[in-house]
Amino acid sequence: MGGWAIAVHGGAGVDSRLPEERQAAAKRLLAGCLEIGADALRSGAMAIDVVEMLVRELETDPFFNSGRGSALTARGTVEMEASIMNGPDRRCGAVSGITTVKNPVSLARRVMEFSPHSYLAFQGAEDFAIEQSVGPAMSFDTGIQMNGLPISVYAPETVGCVVVDSTGGCAAATSTGGLMNKKCGRIGDSPLIGAGTYACDLCAVSCTGEGEAIIRATLARDVAAIMEYKGLALQEAVNYAIKERLDGGKAGVIAVSKDGEVAYGFNSNGMFRGCATEDGFMEVGIWE
Amino acid sequence: MGWAIALHGGAGDIPLSLPPERRLPREETLRRCLRIGVAALKANRPPLDVVELVVRELENCPHFNAGRGSVLTTNATVEMEACIMDGNTKRCGAVSGLSTVVNAISLARLVMEKTPHIYLAFDGAESFAREQGVETRDASHFITPENIERLTQAKAANKVQIDYTQPVLEKTPQVSSSNIGDSQIGTVGCVAVDGNGNLAAATSTGGLVNKMIGRIGDTPIVGAGTYANYLCAISATGKGEAIIRATVGRDVAALMEYKGLSLKDAADCVVENSPKGTTGLVAVSVTGEVVMAFNTSGMFRACAKEDGTSEIAIWDSVENGDLLLP
Repeated sequence: MGGWAIAVHGGAGVDSRLPEERQAAAKRLLAGCLEIGADALRSGAMAIDVVEMLVRELETDPFFNSGRGSALTARGTVEMEASIMNGPDRRCGAVSGITTVKNPVSLARRVMEFSPHSYLAFQGAEDFAIEQSVGPAMSFDTGIQMNGLPISVYAPETVGCVVVDSTGGCAAATSTGGLMNKKCGRIGDSPLIGAGTYACDLCAVSCTGEGEAIIRATLARDVAAIMEYKGLALQEAVNYAIKERLDGGKAGVIAVSKDGEVAYGFNSNGMFRGCATEDGFMEVGIWE
Repeated sequence: MGWAIALHGGAGDIPLSLPPERRLPREETLRRCLRIGVAALKANRPPLDVVELVVRELENCPHFNAGRGSVLTTNATVEMEACIMDGNTKRCGAVSGLSTVVNAISLARLVMEKTPHIYLAFDGAESFAREQGVETRDASHFITPENIERLTQAKAANKVQIDYTQPVLEKTPQVSSSNIGDSQIGTVGCVAVDGNGNLAAATSTGGLVNKMIGRIGDTPIVGAGTYANYLCAISATGKGEAIIRATVGRDVAALMEYKGLSLKDAADCVVENSPKGTTGLVAVSVTGEVVMAFNTSGMFRACAKEDGTSEIAIWDSVENGDLLLP
């Protein structure tokens, strides 16, 4: 084993009637992200930079529910959230309640790098974005960001990326617009370290699906804890977490290990996902 | 077996020289809250009710950093947060960014019971509080003269560090304990188990002195500051950023669940592996064990078990242990 590996996801829980051309578009987008990530890793990029870069790509494309494609709250507003975590030192940053910042994952990275805190939310996070000159960079027009599609039907909740670089360093990032018609102020699993996102010296994990089930399961940390404390391999840990930790909740997980393994699992109806490894393997998929 | 309860009023750099006028009221509150919790457990109240009840009392006490007595943000406002979790069902509720709600812990419980979500924050959480008709007060209820003084001192001592346009090299919160000696002491919490093995945890805080607006710490994060499952219940306190990173609450439980450690070994392992001066926790197990562990100089804490043992303490040495129960 060894070498770099990437996995990306565009959310779990896909409508089985999703038109073929939309399925093809999703796969193209995921494959494009993997190519960008592979190029960066071949030139020696660090895992933390690659996860941020790829989540930015996914946030910027309106296909998935994050950044430009965010679902709306009950009041018709956008409240985005994101988190990022670097495995080797377990430093992390998170943001919630973002309404104007184009790339919440990059703001989360700034919280990690340039604030004394790990997690900023709502007005304080927007103020920090202005100070850091990462926003406000866009204003949402609900017509455009819905992309002409009934997002409640077709778009799952989240995008995410996990990477192990050629030095064995792992990182994870997750970003979301949250649940369609969520209550204003609702925080889901994506910004929560240990729930939607986790990375340590062993592995990196990003989750998607029913936020409340993922929070209760501390799903991302549990994949890592099962490896660390129970001694299971990466794919076994993912399988165990999906099977034993969700109590009937629907979710999906992508993960990489420091040894360059990649794994995914879901109990939802499909998950937009893709992975690539240094030995040339690449795969994108939606269904089982 | 049997019931057990533990509570804390924050861990941190508590100087041994803490003057009696600061020490005694806190010890008295710990003692009073412990009595309330013990009485509720003896009356067969569910642990979820007990931890809420005890944390409400701690929130109402101006000497601890939660509810009334919450420390101030850099804008001299309060932003309170809290989390509650039931062990057997793993149901949980959390709130952040509250500025008017008298008992944040009770709003967290309402989020758990009355919404499809787990976690509400800022304006959305305040609106939910209005909807639910919970008691609210204006800022003057929460802001104490002592906390205005703490903010002034923190600002004077940390002009450079809180200029976050510059990279911050140390990832620890840049808040000095200054000469009051206990300004970092944040957070209150309670964990309880009854004779039937029902477990619950609750934590509430005003956060860090001079924190940035919008800062969320470990307290409201399930698996970090607060966690409960069928094996144990944990409430953590200390430097939020370190506790988030270490997923302290879930890690104690995961070490028991996946590695078969006892509560004590699991808690000691997590606290010892955390950077010194960052972490304290109280925990109970389904079999009625209690652990109160910290790697700070002290932690305001108290516990009692069905077998009659109890303890109220701040530093390593145990004091007043036998003065508690009638």
